[in-house]
Amino acid sequence: MSPLLQGVITILVGVFGCVGYFYVANLILDKVIFPARGPHAGRNINRATAVRPWLFLLPAMAALGLYLVYPVIGSFIRSLYNRAGDEFIGFGNYAFLFGDSEFQTALINNALWALVVPAAATFFGLVVAQLTDRLSWGNIAKSLIFMPMAISFVGASLIWKFVYAGDPDIGIINAVRDVIGLDPVDPVQIPFWNNFFLMAILVWIQTGFAMVILSAALRGIPEETIEAAIIDGANPFQLFFKIKVPQIMGTIVVVWTTITILVLKVFDIVYTMTGGNFGTQILPSYMMSFMFRDDGRATAVAVVIMVVVLPVMIWNIRQAQKEMR
Amino acid sequence: MDNIAGQNSRLKWAVNVTVALLVVAWLIPTVGLFVSSFRDRDQITASGWWQAPFAVELTFRTRADDAAPRQEGDLWVVEGNIFATSEARASFEDAEAEITGFGVRGREPAIYPAGTEGETRDGGTLVVNSDGSYRYETSEQPDDRGLRIYFAANTPPDFTMDNYLSILTAQDAEERAESRAAGDGFWEMLFDEEGVFRNFVNTFTVTIPSTVIPILIAAFAAYALAWMDFPGRGLLIAAIVGLLVVPLQLALVPLLNLHNQIGIGQSFLGIWMAHTGFGLPLAIYLLRNYMVGLPRDIIESAKVDGATDFQIFTKIILPLSFPALASFAIFQFLWTWNDLLVAKVFLPSDDASKVMTVRIADDLLGSRGGDWGILAAAAFVSIAVPVLVFFTMQRYLVRGLLAGSVK
Repeated sequence: MSPLLQGVITILVGVFGCVGYFYVANLILDKVIFPARGPHAGRNINRATAVRPWLFLLPAMAALGLYLVYPVIGSFIRSLYNRAGDEFIGFGNYAFLFGDSEFQTALINNALWALVVPAAATFFGLVVAQLTDRLSWGNIAKSLIFMPMAISFVGASLIWKFVYAGDPDIGIINAVRDVIGLDPVDPVQIPFWNNFFLMAILVWIQTGFAMVILSAALRGIPEETIEAAIIDGANPFQLFFKIKVPQIMGTIVVVWTTITILVLKVFDIVYTMTGGNFGTQILPSYMMSFMFRDDGRATAVAVVIMVVVLPVMIWNIRQAQKEMR
Repeated sequence: MDNIAGQNSRLKWAVNVTVALLVVAWLIPTVGLFVSSFRDRDQITASGWWQAPFAVELTFRTRADDAAPRQEGDLWVVEGNIFATSEARASFEDAEAEITGFGVRGREPAIYPAGTEGETRDGGTLVVNSDGSYRYETSEQPDDRGLRIYFAANTPPDFTMDNYLSILTAQDAEERAESRAAGDGFWEMLFDEEGVFRNFVNTFTVTIPSTVIPILIAAFAAYALAWMDFPGRGLLIAAIVGLLVVPLQLALVPLLNLHNQIGIGQSFLGIWMAHTGFGLPLAIYLLRNYMVGLPRDIIESAKVDGATDFQIFTKIILPLSFPALASFAIFQFLWTWNDLLVAKVFLPSDDASKVMTVRIADDLLGSRGGDWGILAAAAFVSIAVPVLVFFTMQRYLVRGLLAGSVK
């Protein structure tokens, strides 16, 4: 069966299956199990109301449980076993990882990524948001800077491969070097600094995200505070740093953490640009080097990534609970 | 607020220039790719894409075989035009070119400037003029194949769809001509097993069910979390927020094993289910946040009028939540279209089942690493759809981003 036909059938089965499930389950609940008539009508209605939320939640919870909760536990358990999965080796895989120099490189690089990319993307995003705020063509400018968000990491990497290409007739960086009389270089092979050239790609993508959210936050600042500052003689820079930024600090933190989480998970850029060579390895791409080869070590790296993300996750949950109150 | 104090005109000017510079810096990489994808492959390696509108000096080789040698006194003379010779003809069919230099050795293809006299290996002389006309004089009778001539010519910019056709059908211009001669139509070539068009279709096949199915499941769950009262609701919402950031890397090994055990293996069904599961937290979170903000009066008056929860959901909540549904649909579409990790793990690794991102990252970058025109065209085919969705649906995308991050 062709995948295309399979896709159409899946959509139909999925959509009608979902609607059918909700409709039929609801009907059975109301008419068969707890009918709203007879001597216990009132009690039955209450019971049906108590059960219904779970009916609505069931498919989602089943899918979430299977595809996100079970893997967390499953991965951890798998990481305690050897390559074939038949021998329990405790923390053997972890011991291997922490002794592996490539893992250490990946850990250090990941820390660099997690520091630099969110900071740079948030900074550029904030600058663009502020500068375009009162510009007549601000929306067009924002649209164009936002556009890389739509491009895949693979596509973006390819785009930047053109920028970084060693041939001065292809790579614009080396073309500029050529004009001022310098030898061509391959930016992704310069030790240590190549990490930053790769980060530039993600910054290029994520600045638009930061900009959109910070721009909305800037618009939400009460005008009175700004007017008062201007009347008191604040110059534009004071206005920005002392009045506006403190008021949107909460949003800045949210943007920062969101990008941080993303950074910890992205493997595409390193995978396409260098394949983890030249000292650019990061944890997600390091994990892919074990995928399909050694499930034990692959899951161990995944668990390490989870541990790294955990603080942000807890912070997120706390924030969400604060909002709900 | 445009004329407030502190907003002097010089500052305004500086702001305009800075923003313009930033926009240009942000656009340059994409523009470079876009321009390159339409350039002829020889021109790409000969000059940068920023020089695309200008003529490019390329070197060619040919044989002086368009005219028969004739005898003038004790000399043999061949006179003809470079552009009419057999090997050069194809390259200059409709283009006006200007010859800048010529030579007779491959190592020095343009050692003599056009119009000057050059020496051939057999001791004769060769003159090639900038309009292509040449005169070759030698004391011995030249062989039938004609003298080997190298020349450099300024070729006008050559914009072509050739890269796109090559990448989509996996056949270069000559192979396409052969297939056409063999009676293959364009569509038959397009659906060739090896062409990237196949991967393009696969990407759609993966993306659309993965976008549609989570929406429904999430909508019901979001309604329950937003408007139904039951014990443990707060806890569930917190759990959803936590699941938002669970790294997908954790899911790969256990789920692939699970899929293998229950017989799905690496297949489209598997990736649809995986994308559905991975997309649900964001879907539920976005939709719940939106539904909570809907006016309570409407829902309560519907309840008073005797509507059941199911009716309230399908008749009131769902239509009112359209903007949030659209936001999530766009997110999920972009995410699944652009995804590399999930596709690499959950889809079979044969060429016919790959999606665009995997094909580009694993095949083209390796085997066609130096073929920039092909790479650019492939990248652009994969980028075009999400960028189109992005520009047409930007409003919903922004709204979704704001609902997801700022509360």
